[in-house]
Amino acid sequence: MSTFFATPSALLGWLKSVSSDNRVVAPKKKGSVVLFKPWTTEELGACQDASELLIRSTMSAKEVVFPKCETLYELKATKDPSDLSKLHQELIVPNNATATVLFGARPCDARGFLCLDMPYLQGPVVDPYYKAHRDALVIVTQACSNALPTCFCNWIGSNPADEKGSDIIFTPIEGGFVLSALTEKGTALLAKGGFDAADDAKNTAVSEAQAKAKSQLPAESTLKDIPQKVYARFNDEAFWNKEIEKCLSCGACTFLCPTCQCFTMTDKGNQLDGKRMRSWDGCMASHFTLEASGHNPRPSRGMRYRNRLGHKFSYGRKDGDFSCVGCGRCIRSCPAHLDIRTVLSNACEGAQKKGEE
Amino acid sequence: MSVLDDKERRIVGFLCNWCSYGGADTAGTARANQPTDLRIIRVPCSGRVNPLFILKALMNGADGVLVSGCHPRDCHYALGNFYARRRLETLKEFLPIIGINPERFHYTWVSASEGQRWQEVVTKFTDHIHKLGAAPKWSEVPALKDVKFDLVDAIRPLGCGTHPALAELKAEIKKALPDLHGVLGWRKGYDAIHAEPFLMQTEAEVDELIWGPFNVQNLANFLPKHAGKKIGVVVKGCDSKNVVELLVEKLIKREDVTIFGIGCNGTVDYKRILAKLPEDAVIESVVGGGSGVKVTASGKEYDMPMAEIAQDKCRLCVKPNAVISDVFLGKPTIEPECEDGRLPALRFLDTLTLEERMGFWKGQMEHCIRCYACRSACPQCVCRDFCVSDSRDPEWLTQEDSVEQKMFFQLIHAQHLAGRCTGCAECERACPMDIPVFALKQQFGRMIKKIFGYSAGLDLESMPPLLGYELEEANIKERDL
Repeated sequence: MSTFFATPSALLGWLKSVSSDNRVVAPKKKGSVVLFKPWTTEELGACQDASELLIRSTMSAKEVVFPKCETLYELKATKDPSDLSKLHQELIVPNNATATVLFGARPCDARGFLCLDMPYLQGPVVDPYYKAHRDALVIVTQACSNALPTCFCNWIGSNPADEKGSDIIFTPIEGGFVLSALTEKGTALLAKGGFDAADDAKNTAVSEAQAKAKSQLPAESTLKDIPQKVYARFNDEAFWNKEIEKCLSCGACTFLCPTCQCFTMTDKGNQLDGKRMRSWDGCMASHFTLEASGHNPRPSRGMRYRNRLGHKFSYGRKDGDFSCVGCGRCIRSCPAHLDIRTVLSNACEGAQKKGEE
Repeated sequence: MSVLDDKERRIVGFLCNWCSYGGADTAGTARANQPTDLRIIRVPCSGRVNPLFILKALMNGADGVLVSGCHPRDCHYALGNFYARRRLETLKEFLPIIGINPERFHYTWVSASEGQRWQEVVTKFTDHIHKLGAAPKWSEVPALKDVKFDLVDAIRPLGCGTHPALAELKAEIKKALPDLHGVLGWRKGYDAIHAEPFLMQTEAEVDELIWGPFNVQNLANFLPKHAGKKIGVVVKGCDSKNVVELLVEKLIKREDVTIFGIGCNGTVDYKRILAKLPEDAVIESVVGGGSGVKVTASGKEYDMPMAEIAQDKCRLCVKPNAVISDVFLGKPTIEPECEDGRLPALRFLDTLTLEERMGFWKGQMEHCIRCYACRSACPQCVCRDFCVSDSRDPEWLTQEDSVEQKMFFQLIHAQHLAGRCTGCAECERACPMDIPVFALKQQFGRMIKKIFGYSAGLDLESMPPLLGYELEEANIKERDL
């Protein structure tokens, strides 16, 4: 695989030129939080320091393919002036997708998109809205050169330089960045930069940076047979209620998560002027499973968290193929300081004991 | 439409069926000349006017809102307008903080026989709204970016040492444990600065209890979840106010809760600690002592004075000791006086013009992700799984990702807490996007204090002012144009 070297200013120049015919989405600081937000050509031109785009985001990047709220269709109708009983109805399906370059996602974010692909692209029905966003997306991933104490991507079979899901991956080293394209889309985008090939010294620096990040990750998980063990806990209501005692059921975790994919659909307006929208929802909210009869199959916080953990680590999953990418956002932003790693370990360890009995 | 060609303004009127609607009718029958800007919505009583009706109209682009009912002491239902008077006055005082000119909202009393007075009221109010012009729109106001608040100095020394009464507290809890379902407290979480709430049910669990600057969560939040069981709770001063408020609102029973208190010396904003460390630093240990903590992270030591890392609310706290307790151990913390309890966001907002305030909230709400962690973290958000903002009928909110919708949720939250919020600021701490949502509740709080001299969560015998009325209100003038 050929690698290229870019200085910070060359990288910014490349992004600026890319932004002329793409929406460039990259981390942006907003007060004390960092979000993935569009950067305009002017903003990129005015940016003096490439490190502004390299910070870790509080929020995941899933919004580029799965907006917080997306209009699925609009209904417009006009009354026929000559015969008021007649309606001219029109169904408008908006094209919400724009060519987007996601810059500065981390390997966990990039893998997150693969998890989102599962229900939206690989199920019996392909979601056309999601597919349009996904097809229009090029992911430029930054390999991590360090790891936060809440990072645990090594638990789920990933690493700080994981290439899965990315189109281009780059590693910051002394004096610049080493980039390599991983897909056709990536190759085409990278070619616009006209960067020089990276020499051996630079490639060695990349390996060193990646090794450093790896060394900072927590010890690899020794948990085995996670899906089966978590599933074995399914009816252990006391376990879930005890583990989740501190949880506020606020759902911030599901909204920040790069792989949480649940949504709700609502209508607004009426048949003369209305629209149908799809917006984020999460299994930590009680109304998410509330049935029309008033019955709620997941009435308690414990049951709701069981679904969250089960969906990520158990239901239809195999060891090493989880719907969690180990980014640690849910841990960092939890107001009750709940650690998903602890719950997962407790679920597995206890289940093992039970089996031994 | 003349609204569209700018000759008219959009004014919404909420008129009670028995008096003011009759008054408008009288004016009409008498062929009294009136401006046509007002769109009237008839309601059974001015007491039916939910302040959210007014907020929703103003958020959705009304240039003015007029509420009119029977004269006080003349309500068809005897008391409706007494309640209305308190709510509407509080709302009027609240409005400036979100950048809405309070003069765009007016409430008054017109009886069914006062056709001429109705004509005067409508004419004057409409003229006034014409003078004010079209209301600024959220979509057009420039968002205020890169806002930074100044740290406020603590009004008392904040400390971090191991509390001398902790051992005694553990002993007391162990003594009480056999009679209780459990006792709510804090223990060390996934690292030394992150404490987590837990329910102590065995003596071994009691030994895990910690007390100190990391006990940030408000445990009163968990009490209603255990309603009906005998439960103990360890409280800081701020938490105890929520226990009082839950008792006042009869959501928990006094005989069911056992309250353990220790004087609080302030808690930390752990984001401020993290900001002082390299992002990849692994926190190994924390030692508290005197006026600061020593954090050891990735082999390096960092001294962090409480003056730099304490939560804003703790800096201005005047109730560090439990206001209600069954067991209070150790020496109470000295209770300072504080004239100005405004947290940084409200201080900042007070320096802005109306338009800048609207821009401020626009800039903040743009990155709200609608997780509603603010709601779940609030001990007084007692509707829990039945929040009005989740209802589709009536549909207070749409799912659109717009500043108006997100802001309106915050207004619902703040309005529902008017006179009930004790100021624990958990809403703000829980926000993953760091939006200073507590400022809205604090604005309601200080207006309630100004009008009714009331602060929530201090007195078991008190009643939140918006749940009651006086025949003659000391601080509410009869409103006239």
